[in-house]
Amino acid sequence: MAGHGHVAHSPKRHTGLMDWLTTVDHKKIGILYLVAGGFFFLLGGLEAILIRIQLMYPDSKIFIGATFNELTTMHGTTMIFLAAMPVIFALMNAVVPLQIGARDVAFPFLNSLGFWLFFMGGLLLNTSWFLGGAPDAGWTAYAPLSSAFSGRGVDFYVLGLQIAGIGTWLGGINFLVTIINMRAPGLSFMRLPMFTWTAFITSTLVLFAFPAITVSLVLLMFDRLFGANFFDAAAGGNEVIWEHLFWIFGHPEVYILILPAFGVISEVMPTFSKKRLFGYSAMVFSTVLIGFLGFMVWAHHMFTVGLGPVANAIFGVATMLIAIPTGIKIFNWLFTLWGGHIRFTTAMLYAVGFIPTFVIGGMTGVMLAIPTADYQYHDTYFVIAHFHYVIVGGMVLGLFSGLYYWWPKMFGRMLNETLGKWNFWTFFIGFHLTFFPQHFLGLLGMPRRVFTYQAGVGLESMNFISTIGAFLMGVGFIIFIWNVIVTNSKKKDAPADPWDARTLEWTIASPAPEYNFAQTPLVRGLDALWTEKMAGNKKMTPAEPLGEIHMPSASILPFLMSVGLFIAGYGFIYHMYVLIGVGAVIVVSCMFTRSFKDDPGWHVPIDEVERTEKEARA
Amino acid sequence: MSTEVSTNLPPHPEKATLEGKNKVLGFWLFLGGEVILFGSLFATFIALRTAFGSGPASQELFSLPLTAVATFILLTSSLFSVLGIQAMHRNDLSGVLKWFGITVLFGLAFLGLEIYEFFEYVHEGHTMSSGAFGSAFYTLVGFHGAHVLGGVCWITGLLSKLPKKGLNVVTAPKLYVASLYWHFIDLVWVFIFTVVYLMGKVG
Repeated sequence: MAGHGHVAHSPKRHTGLMDWLTTVDHKKIGILYLVAGGFFFLLGGLEAILIRIQLMYPDSKIFIGATFNELTTMHGTTMIFLAAMPVIFALMNAVVPLQIGARDVAFPFLNSLGFWLFFMGGLLLNTSWFLGGAPDAGWTAYAPLSSAFSGRGVDFYVLGLQIAGIGTWLGGINFLVTIINMRAPGLSFMRLPMFTWTAFITSTLVLFAFPAITVSLVLLMFDRLFGANFFDAAAGGNEVIWEHLFWIFGHPEVYILILPAFGVISEVMPTFSKKRLFGYSAMVFSTVLIGFLGFMVWAHHMFTVGLGPVANAIFGVATMLIAIPTGIKIFNWLFTLWGGHIRFTTAMLYAVGFIPTFVIGGMTGVMLAIPTADYQYHDTYFVIAHFHYVIVGGMVLGLFSGLYYWWPKMFGRMLNETLGKWNFWTFFIGFHLTFFPQHFLGLLGMPRRVFTYQAGVGLESMNFISTIGAFLMGVGFIIFIWNVIVTNSKKKDAPADPWDARTLEWTIASPAPEYNFAQTPLVRGLDALWTEKMAGNKKMTPAEPLGEIHMPSASILPFLMSVGLFIAGYGFIYHMYVLIGVGAVIVVSCMFTRSFKDDPGWHVPIDEVERTEKEARA
Repeated sequence: MSTEVSTNLPPHPEKATLEGKNKVLGFWLFLGGEVILFGSLFATFIALRTAFGSGPASQELFSLPLTAVATFILLTSSLFSVLGIQAMHRNDLSGVLKWFGITVLFGLAFLGLEIYEFFEYVHEGHTMSSGAFGSAFYTLVGFHGAHVLGGVCWITGLLSKLPKKGLNVVTAPKLYVASLYWHFIDLVWVFIFTVVYLMGKVG
């Protein structure tokens, strides 16, 4: 932290590990999210491969019973909460402030806190593997299986997700305020780049969805640790409450995941088609509508619970409604491509590959929305195939597209395009090999979460193909890691605008300087940079004179607070009140330190800004 | 920075800077999320409010005079926090300390009554484990109580540093969002009084 009073020109700059632990710079926090998310993606992927190895042949006995339950539970939980969410937050951190012409997010300290809470929560959850077994009640942790019939692993699930969830929730608030309050002059809402729009709606969903899982985890925790009876039918409890609360969170969560991918596709398609996005305002309103309807459909996960035909019909129809704004988006992307000057870079390949894959996932989604038919599909591999088509085929392809697109802006280096194309084709073909047969496995009656199947009932060849596909996806991901390593050993040579792109982030150096914009830009149209290019201007018109730039101070407190909650988490899991006390003291004293010591920040002097800008141009 | 503005406070000091504007907007959004949090707890409570199990029924358990006093205390404390904010807008430091100080005292009185109430209930066999009603009651009302406790600690912390820091564009947003928070827990209590106590007494 930078001392007391007005210490304008002498910030304490940390280096090495300390820099990463204390940074409040959204660009560095984006990289932290990416590294941590990538690590958990690797873990979740490994769990997936192990599941597929067990299911490669009928009657296998490699990972059976409880081990298989732990693998499926941790695969789902890790991928949703610890891999998908952080990579989305990585892109939002890396891109949103740059797209709106801001110098940072609204709450840099909170941004850092959000990351460290997520990371410590994920770490806590994954230490369960070494401390008596991972959670094994499914990623949905339905009560009373999770409340009364599961071991200590579920305590790790409850505490780990609670801590990580608080972090994500704070992140959502942060991006909402950033986008509402910190847009550059001239950047009205209807000029916002689509990725920022989707980040905005996703953050709204995070804000309103995460409290529901906070409460459901609290209820489960009280049942398990303090003898409450929320889910104990004998004492008047009701286990359907868990399902409602979980899915009131869980369904918006899938839109939290997919909307930013829509945003990425809406940035990549126009850039590599050299056309403006077709139907921008329809895209905006369909995003808003998807976000709104996303809260109205949670009970379609519960058609077989017995809510009755009226409830099922209403939720079924509401679910089908979502196909309309989604269809609008698909057609707008196709019309963006139409007649464009298309360049098939790796980012564009992922974006184009996204369309048919996501359409298949959307169609099976409408099939599942029919309550009567759902009784047949429920809890089979058809459901598995459906949600992997939308989450992997939709979101993960979108995220890869975004990573290839924004990598130069994040790291100052271009990812290798040849390796990128190998990465795309192996991952894409592997994906369809893995999950396309699972539709038919499901229709043939293969139930999900069951660790084996019999020979001679027609399930062998498709399971075998599925496992081969999973290996191919693994190869694809390893090629990506290899690409990152190769790229990282090169010089930083990415130009400011390598793709001839359209939005504000490409007006500044790659990677962006610490203060992002030397002068806040004046936005004069949709696609701010493209507007200037069409007007024949070499750069943006500044909205302010060159001056010293105010920056927030780095702080170790977010890390320490997260460590405090991490320690308290073990205290709850093992009923050790000393640990709870130690953790609470750490958290509370960090909060008071933060509140009592005002942070005046520090200033980048003009000569340093001028020097940095000159170096970037050279 | 802080010394030059403390003598000359702008008209709306809580929103005079971008940091202040961000803080106030962020806090409104935070409260929006809290609405969902308490909404989920209320929904759970309503679903389980007649599952008394081995504990006493809500009709015989609740004592409305006690709860009415608690309600009166908490609602009045909200008024004092408004007077505190008005004092802040007048740049009246001693007024801020006085009114927010009384707010905190009333908050403590409310907490005292709630602890006494919980203590009595446990003696009458109404516990976390006596039935689903008990679990839902202590979770909902306890969550609110924890919010009151948090608010008391928070405002006390702010007041303890205020004589030294003075009223300025850094401290004003902090006081302002603390008073927003205090109004919110007051509002939640109105619903608790209705849904938990009145409905528990009647039906």
